[in-house]
Amino acid sequence: MQGCGVAAVKRIFADLHLHLNAKNSDGTVRVLSKAAELGYGLVGVSLAAETRDEEVERLRSVCSEVGVDFVSRVDLRPRNPDNLMRQLRRLRRKFEIICVACESKAVARQAAKDRRVDLLSFPLLDFRRRFFDRAEAELARGGLAALEVDVKPLLVLEGPARVRLLSFLRREAAVAKGFGVPVVVSSGVSQKLLLRKPREMAALGFLFGLDEVSGLDAVSRSPVALVERNREKLSPGFVAPGIRVVKEGRDC
Amino acid sequence: MKRVKRRYLALQLDSEALPSGKEFIDAVWGAVTKLYGEHGASLTSLALIDYDLDKKNAVLRTNLSTLNMVRASLATITSISDNEAAVHLKAISGTIKALHQKTR
Repeated sequence: MQGCGVAAVKRIFADLHLHLNAKNSDGTVRVLSKAAELGYGLVGVSLAAETRDEEVERLRSVCSEVGVDFVSRVDLRPRNPDNLMRQLRRLRRKFEIICVACESKAVARQAAKDRRVDLLSFPLLDFRRRFFDRAEAELARGGLAALEVDVKPLLVLEGPARVRLLSFLRREAAVAKGFGVPVVVSSGVSQKLLLRKPREMAALGFLFGLDEVSGLDAVSRSPVALVERNREKLSPGFVAPGIRVVKEGRDC
Repeated sequence: MKRVKRRYLALQLDSEALPSGKEFIDAVWGAVTKLYGEHGASLTSLALIDYDLDKKNAVLRTNLSTLNMVRASLATITSISDNEAAVHLKAISGTIKALHQKTR
């Protein structure tokens, strides 16, 4: 296209939710290599809150060997809002992504309005505890949290369970779109044969109402923006959004 | 009568097993039928054009109007004749010639 001054920007695809068994290093390498082969540039590995720094560094080096960018992630399952606040105070500066599994309405509301929370996830099969409604979306919009949808249940479930899940996901995706809450589509898998290409993940998003662009954004733009924002916040020079220390010393 | 537009899909099978062409297309039909029912599946006009067991490559044909349905269904395939498997989409094209150029 002549005269078009804007170059097409290549998407970086991200899967922010891989379950890896840290003790099985062969399995870890296999899954991470497969993710790289399928076209992911960024992978988030769900880690326990007590994971040692050496373990994180080992995973980071494995990821750099296979050619993907590693993102540390923790999944919190707080019993109540106070417990959530305590865990956030303890872990926010340790992990790049914090996901809260919302198992009660009080926790869901607190997680949605807390700016330290990146992802909100809801029980996959207990549909009465999927609290992503209009009120939750309104809070999430102010709090910068995104709604995470794992595709694993869409692959392993069949029949009425999958029908109900799709119906709930379609409703939640519509609410999220209406309130401008980003949707992040992740795999949530631990086996390499359950990994799908980013465009296949976007195609699965079509099942619950994401159009082509929204589906691709859910596996690229939204998760990458989350990671970039958090990396900036965790960097030493960060002061506040848009303000960072560029130089220190007497000659400033 | 309006001409039906078709799309050809180049697929890569990821599995330890070596399913036959019939087992492969049965798995695809099964996935489409499970997700969209028999009426939905009948709209896709699916056909297996080519299947290379050695390279584990396949070429499928479908209607353009049901392309998204077929893509989503292919992504939900987790087994073929009781063996764990995944089907990855390599390329889509309007003609077989262009498809071969894309996958070369």
